Amino acid sequence: MPELNLTSAPAHLRHGSSIGQPLTRRDGVLKVKGQATYAADNHPPGMLFAVMAVSSIAHGRVTSLDVAAAKRHPGVVDVMTPDHKPQLAIDPEIKTNPFVFRMEVLQNKEVRYANQPIAVVIAETLEAATEGAVLLAPRYETLPALVGLDAGESFVPPVVGVGNPTENHRGDVEAGLASADKKIDAIYETPPQYHNAMEPHAIVAHWDGDNLSVDMPTQGLMLSLGRIAELFGIAPDKIHIRSPFLGGGFGSKGLMAGPPVLGLMAAKLVGKPVKLVLRREQMYGPVGHRAPTRQRLRIGADGEGRLTALDHHARTVSSTFDDFYEPAADASHTLYAAPAIRTSHDAVRVNTGTPLFMRAPGEATGSIALESAIDEMAWACGMDPLAFRLKNYAEVEPITGKPFSSKALRACYDQGAARFGWAKRSLQPRQVRDDAGLLVGWGMGTATFPALMFQAEARAAIRRDGTGAMEIGAHDMGQGAWTALAQIAADAVGLDIDRVTFKAGTSDLPDAGIAGGSAHTATAGAAIHSAGAAVIAKLADLATNDERSPLFGAGNAGVIARDGRLIRRDDESRSESYTEILARAGVAEVEARGTGAPNPAAMEEYAMHAHGAVFAEVKVDPELGQIRVTRMVGAFAAGRIVNPHLVKSQLFGGMIWGMSFALHEEAITDRRSGRIMNANLGEYHIPVNADVPPLDVITVEEHDPHVNALGIKGVGEIGITGSAGAVANAVWHATGVRVRHFPIRIEELLK
Amino acid sequence: MNHSISLTVNGARRDFVLDDPRVTLLDLLRERLHLTGTKKGCDRGQCGACTILVDGKRINSCFALAISHDGADILTIEGVARGDQLHPVQAAFIAHDGFQCGFCTPGQIMSAIGMMQEAQAGNDPERIRECMSGNLCRCGAYAGIVDAVLEAQAGADESSQRRSA
Amino acid sequence: MKQFDYVRPATVAEAVAAAAQPGATYLAAGTNLLDLMKGNISRPDRLVDVTHLDGLDQIETLADGSMRIGALVSNADLAHDANFAKSYPAVAEALLSGASAQLRNAASVGGNLLQRTRCAYFYDTASRCNKREAGSGCDARDGENRTHAVLGWSENCIATHPSDFCVPLVALDAIVEIEGRNGRREIALDELHRLPGNAPERDSVLEPGDLVVAVRLPPAARGFAAHARYLKVRERTSYAFAIVSAAAALRIENGKIAEARLALGGVAAKPWRPRAAEDVLRGVAPTTDAFQEAARRALTEAKPSGDNAYKIELARRIVVRALTLAAAGTPARIPALPASPLASTSGAIIHA
Repeated sequence: MPELNLTSAPAHLRHGSSIGQPLTRRDGVLKVKGQATYAADNHPPGMLFAVMAVSSIAHGRVTSLDVAAAKRHPGVVDVMTPDHKPQLAIDPEIKTNPFVFRMEVLQNKEVRYANQPIAVVIAETLEAATEGAVLLAPRYETLPALVGLDAGESFVPPVVGVGNPTENHRGDVEAGLASADKKIDAIYETPPQYHNAMEPHAIVAHWDGDNLSVDMPTQGLMLSLGRIAELFGIAPDKIHIRSPFLGGGFGSKGLMAGPPVLGLMAAKLVGKPVKLVLRREQMYGPVGHRAPTRQRLRIGADGEGRLTALDHHARTVSSTFDDFYEPAADASHTLYAAPAIRTSHDAVRVNTGTPLFMRAPGEATGSIALESAIDEMAWACGMDPLAFRLKNYAEVEPITGKPFSSKALRACYDQGAARFGWAKRSLQPRQVRDDAGLLVGWGMGTATFPALMFQAEARAAIRRDGTGAMEIGAHDMGQGAWTALAQIAADAVGLDIDRVTFKAGTSDLPDAGIAGGSAHTATAGAAIHSAGAAVIAKLADLATNDERSPLFGAGNAGVIARDGRLIRRDDESRSESYTEILARAGVAEVEARGTGAPNPAAMEEYAMHAHGAVFAEVKVDPELGQIRVTRMVGAFAAGRIVNPHLVKSQLFGGMIWGMSFALHEEAITDRRSGRIMNANLGEYHIPVNADVPPLDVITVEEHDPHVNALGIKGVGEIGITGSAGAVANAVWHATGVRVRHFPIRIEELLK
Repeated sequence: MNHSISLTVNGARRDFVLDDPRVTLLDLLRERLHLTGTKKGCDRGQCGACTILVDGKRINSCFALAISHDGADILTIEGVARGDQLHPVQAAFIAHDGFQCGFCTPGQIMSAIGMMQEAQAGNDPERIRECMSGNLCRCGAYAGIVDAVLEAQAGADESSQRRSA
Repeated sequence: MKQFDYVRPATVAEAVAAAAQPGATYLAAGTNLLDLMKGNISRPDRLVDVTHLDGLDQIETLADGSMRIGALVSNADLAHDANFAKSYPAVAEALLSGASAQLRNAASVGGNLLQRTRCAYFYDTASRCNKREAGSGCDARDGENRTHAVLGWSENCIATHPSDFCVPLVALDAIVEIEGRNGRREIALDELHRLPGNAPERDSVLEPGDLVVAVRLPPAARGFAAHARYLKVRERTSYAFAIVSAAAALRIENGKIAEARLALGGVAAKPWRPRAAEDVLRGVAPTTDAFQEAARRALTEAKPSGDNAYKIELARRIVVRALTLAAAGTPARIPALPASPLASTSGAIIHA
């Protein structure tokens, strides 16, 4: 693999960078040259190819596999089955911690969902392994499959999302509804969706005795390391995971799932390096998805358009063997100032792979329902949707009554509406046509996502040659960690970015936590910031305690670091370079660690969220129902923006996901067999280039002193929220037809 | 049965003995020639990540049997830059942030180069969007991709004007 | 993918002989065949690679004014052939609305004709499918079938033919030239594809070894160039199969329709040519009323095969629209979004 040369930059890269600069991606050259090494690009000597066979039934058991036929195929080396596999050190069904995803690694012959791995064929060539898997021709004992939101008995799960309470309430919702002048009682349905990162899950596993080398895309290096260690009963320090680039993750590469474990087992079984890459259709099962929901919203408003109550109930599904519950109703906690709010969830179990967090889990599903319902209520009250939202603007977090750590949503509404030209919108739907006669509709939605923090650690060093180093096992799945975190690192050690060696993406580096919850830049950034401060403090100690230094006696807090020098705070004419300090001290380098973590006191006191407002224009063919989004403007306030160039891209991406949620993506499950009938990229539609209109993003300035040391809130997921509802509301405004089943289909508009 | 074929890959002639006629150009490049810049996203012609130029035309290499392309001239992402000198499309992709995770990027760039040679889209953003719709990007970098192509096209138009002037 | 023998014949005659053997199939670009082979829907023992045969990649105008298109001409080359696109604009528009630029660069004219259905149950080898495996049953019939056929289907199969290209070709009376074991013959494209009936496993009337060598458009097909459109409703703006599509071509003389041609895609196991609808347009003025009557006639035999009744109404509306657009005149250039109702250059007045 070529070394990550982070100083090779194209001519237009801006130098002298730090936080706030719109740097182009520091891994850009590698990526445009095809030299960025993703897991499946590795090919250690002697490597064999492993291909999974997956079940075609959703429930039952495998009764036979024609292993002999597979082995007869030239090039097939071995077939791993429940009867022939290396033993694991622990039962993969045991949840040793809440972040364990139950997996199928051939521990038995049971089938609990379609596309579940049931065997692995290992061969000298990919062609042989692929055909070998077909030749297994599995036979099954098939049991009826549980499919859909009405399967089996419903129940109330103990928690939803990652540890959220299933139910929340504040005030008397029934009284609020009873006193309302206007009421909305509507049911919205959202489909199962699959992450479908462009890079299929892949692993290249290489055992050397007890030492294990792994190339695998992961959003959680240390979680993966821990899981591998416990499954195989080896010490974590024997394992080295490389994950320098993820070809997208969106949550599906967050927890260790079965397929990479099968790759590790296969390599162990044959005693050679093995590559196992999922086929696209195999990504519709064992690696998570967004669960479907059916959400009922009951909203009341008084004669002046003030909310009196908001009741949001969500039905969702989990698998028959594990628990993840899409926390859809929680979207109603933060946005609108209803005096009475209740959110609740229930669920059924179906024969599906376990759902998992998928980009804005709960927030996205809940947002499209809530924003649709709010739009319906605005119309019922005869109010402009923006005026209605402003009327119900939450000055404190409605569900808790806590003040916000910062909230620039009003500015988002103002700036977004102005850029979009919202003031010219007609109140009535189906009023506007373009020159070609297409219906034109404008819709909006409010965006929100919590400002989360996890735990991370970083190691910083300053060397005698005047360069710095920052090491953290951070993950770049496209959001730009190689660049944004390097910018934070440069500021943290007071050096130009090109003088700081930034290392990330491997498991031998300090734990950066999980790249999820839109919290990676904040969490890893806080650790980097703190490590930088610590190493500067050490350097300052060396200088300020040394009488030969112009900084002598300034005290640790009496100096600042800038451009490779420590400078006296009260007299900037007195300074000394890092090189001079270290040379005189006779030290090659100073090194320090720092941590990033949530601040429990601040969390207790404040509600912490990013916010935004999204405005969308759609055009709809009045007779044929074909829809196209023609314009979107999103204004977002998400605290400090580390790199506006990259942040814009992430917000664009989120807005496109929102549009996709409203108009395109849906896994279609056969209601009899439980098989997904469009497990591919041809018929599981994600937007293509022609679907995506000119997009406009405004980042609204926001300073938040409470969320973390850097004031970063994160932008990875918020773009979906608000956007999905904005597009759906624009379709209503264009057509006068309110569709509550997503994605919106052509036939709904033909009625 | 073994089959001898020869291909020109990024300007260099390569002769192979193919032991299996099932090998696609994509798998030949990735697994046998270790040219892994070309990506496999779906293996079914539905994502465009495997786009390469064959005899100057962009195609999905997952749907091309190597054996059937005996004698073909192949250009992959590895053959686009001249050493450290990026192809204008590559440079424009960086400048306009035409990617995030980067996995679809080699295919996008090869597709953009192929599209510019086809000369059907010109500098019309709508035609560029349509003509680039065979390359999915799950991160949603389409806006940057279109801007990158527009910049590269403008550069190409300018240099062809200079040549004809 | 199953192991296969690879054969590269030197002549058409050798190809026909090689492909006539049981288990053999032709390989052209492979954009459909390899998809089917990778999905194990098709598991041939022998591939007969015709891509190196001489003489099948020409676009030529014959002495009688016909245009003859070799079966190996790529979809893109044909669509971008200036003479072809000028003479048969609706066909070029249909070609450019199909698949992606990469696939169009590879896919051949012959292969496009013979591409197989996108029915999910045909593709899902664990499902019962009479087309994939004769007599096994049809899981689409009671399954997820909102995109399935509304015309010409049988209890045995409700699949549709996915081609865009074939739709205007059928409307324009295209002819298919076939080389077979008994020599050369030709049939109307409208007769190439079969409705499922009791034998949905047979997509077409081709016999083992039959090789499509060319498609021919008769001289009269040029007469529609001024008023010809293809229109396609789909679930993405691009790179998606049609829910329903329509080709409409008119010859307008002195303000009246002298001759009308119409075909529908995405509605049946073959491109659907509603001749009765064409007949009602002959000699009348190109009015919305006339187009609505034609649309009504075009769909008289339609019935839902499942959760797809909306496709009948959609088909009626797309017929009206396609005729309206054709009457308004062929645009000077194919729109930026070929065949899309949302094409900004459609230039048509839409009456609500």
